[in-house]
Amino acid sequence: MPFQSTVGDYQTVATLETFGFLPPMTQDEIYDQIAYIIAQGWSPVIEHVHPSGSMQTYWSYWKLPFFGEKDLNVVVNELEACHRAYPDHHVRMVGYDAYTQSQGTAFVVFEGR
Amino acid sequence: MSKKYDAGVKEYRDTYWTPDYVPLDTDLLACFKCTGQEGVPREEVAAAVAAESSTGTWSTVWSELLTDLEFYKGRCYRIEDVPGDKESFYAFIAYPLDLFEEGSITNVLTSLVGNVFGFKALRHLRLEDIRFPMAFIKTCGGPPNGIVVERDRLNKYGRPLLGCTIKPKLGLSGKNYGRVVYECLRGGLDLTKDDENINSQPFQRWRERFEFVAEAVKLAQQETGEVKGHYLNCTATTPEEMYERAEFAKELDMPIIMHDYITGGFTANTGLANWCRKNGMLLHIHRAMHAVIDRHPKHGIHFRVLAKCLRLSGGDQLHTGTVVGKLEGDRQTTLGYIDNLRESFVPEDRSRGNFFDQDWGSMPGVFAVASGGIHVWHMPALLAIFGDDSCLQFGGGTHGHPWGSAAGAAANRVALEACVKARNAGREIEKESRDILMEAAKHSPELAIALETWKEIKFEFDTVDKLDVQQ
Repeated sequence: MPFQSTVGDYQTVATLETFGFLPPMTQDEIYDQIAYIIAQGWSPVIEHVHPSGSMQTYWSYWKLPFFGEKDLNVVVNELEACHRAYPDHHVRMVGYDAYTQSQGTAFVVFEGR
Repeated sequence: MSKKYDAGVKEYRDTYWTPDYVPLDTDLLACFKCTGQEGVPREEVAAAVAAESSTGTWSTVWSELLTDLEFYKGRCYRIEDVPGDKESFYAFIAYPLDLFEEGSITNVLTSLVGNVFGFKALRHLRLEDIRFPMAFIKTCGGPPNGIVVERDRLNKYGRPLLGCTIKPKLGLSGKNYGRVVYECLRGGLDLTKDDENINSQPFQRWRERFEFVAEAVKLAQQETGEVKGHYLNCTATTPEEMYERAEFAKELDMPIIMHDYITGGFTANTGLANWCRKNGMLLHIHRAMHAVIDRHPKHGIHFRVLAKCLRLSGGDQLHTGTVVGKLEGDRQTTLGYIDNLRESFVPEDRSRGNFFDQDWGSMPGVFAVASGGIHVWHMPALLAIFGDDSCLQFGGGTHGHPWGSAAGAAANRVALEACVKARNAGREIEKESRDILMEAAKHSPELAIALETWKEIKFEFDTVDKLDVQQ
């Protein structure tokens, strides 16, 4: 059956910005993205919020930004600790770029319910 | 010592060809590609360009002696061969800062590309590049917000912005138009755009469009949980009407408006940019008419000059061509001028067409917009060429999806994010483009269908305007 014979119904989805349209990442894939943040010289930052507040500009910091942290495992452990402490919150990984004073990247790792 | 008035016609080069001159940091420098009439010496042609674009006229005039022309005149200080071209040459001209009104791009262009372009001793003339001195840059407002602020307002990080132009570009009623905006935004685009020729026509008056679009933007934002916007085109018949439209966009709480800076003009553009800065509004800039001016390799103004002028006049996003799509644009040249939109210092690099070091100081950057004949298969190349600080716009590549605009939008969003993810993970996205897109399509029927729909479409024509390098 050719593709054109069926028109699908596209349903709107609520998403959480960057990587919101991809399937959940595997652990290795998350590691790759954190390694990228570190390789860019950005500081890893972990932020979390209750899903009802996901459109707020400011999510809560988990501790403080991990300025200068180069160890992938430290960052991963902190992400998991944040998720354990706030299991119903969204948890996102931010790569903070002090040169531009902007986020080099930001994506949600754990989705709260 | 005072000079005597000696009426008559002097050769331009006696006054305006000064090969020993060392340009000052405050001079505005320009590089012209000159093609003179046969038999006219290069120095005379170059000096004529310097004269006619600054203080000179064809005849000596008595009133020149009322001032000190040595202080005000433009000078040609260098002539260079154009690689691979015997009939043309580059003339480098230095203009003293005081020739220009502070912050006025209009004034700079009126001098540099005014009467001189019709000068009979020239067959062709092209303004290739301008080095704006910091002393001038500091008098310009520049982008009303810039890349960093725009990202913060729109909450988009770590990837290019994704947009599309609403089609058909003309003829939809306001309500139908708003429907198409809604479909695109709910499908996953960040931004949609008025086509440049949508202003306020009988089939759709501007207020009608603004109101329906605002409803569409707000609804999509509510349903997706992401920040959305639509470039409301405020280009209008008069400045008064332009500001009226901008004010209404603000009243509707819209984040971004749009202007066509060449047809609208630099004075209007600078005014609107100032309004945007004052009102916290983002400004998207279209460039209709640019190809009339910049496409001929020997005559007109290179787009790198128009791009620099826009950064100074003010805009947060500027169309730059796509390199890979349906419109003209060579890759190295494009990289050269998008550097000048986004970076704070751009070194001279002839392999990218940049003739001067250009220091932008603290001026904010402008997003490069790639739009025109691009579709999902181009995504890896677009990301590799334009990087994150860009806005990728797929018009036909969104609305042409067999399931409609929302599915087309989702397909593009999936493709974009898959490419960003792969790049961050260290993959060579241009080489592995096929694998990356096919893998992503396994999780997205919308992308699978988009890949099938556009698999044969290519725009492989040679570029008309190439960099001047020895072949």
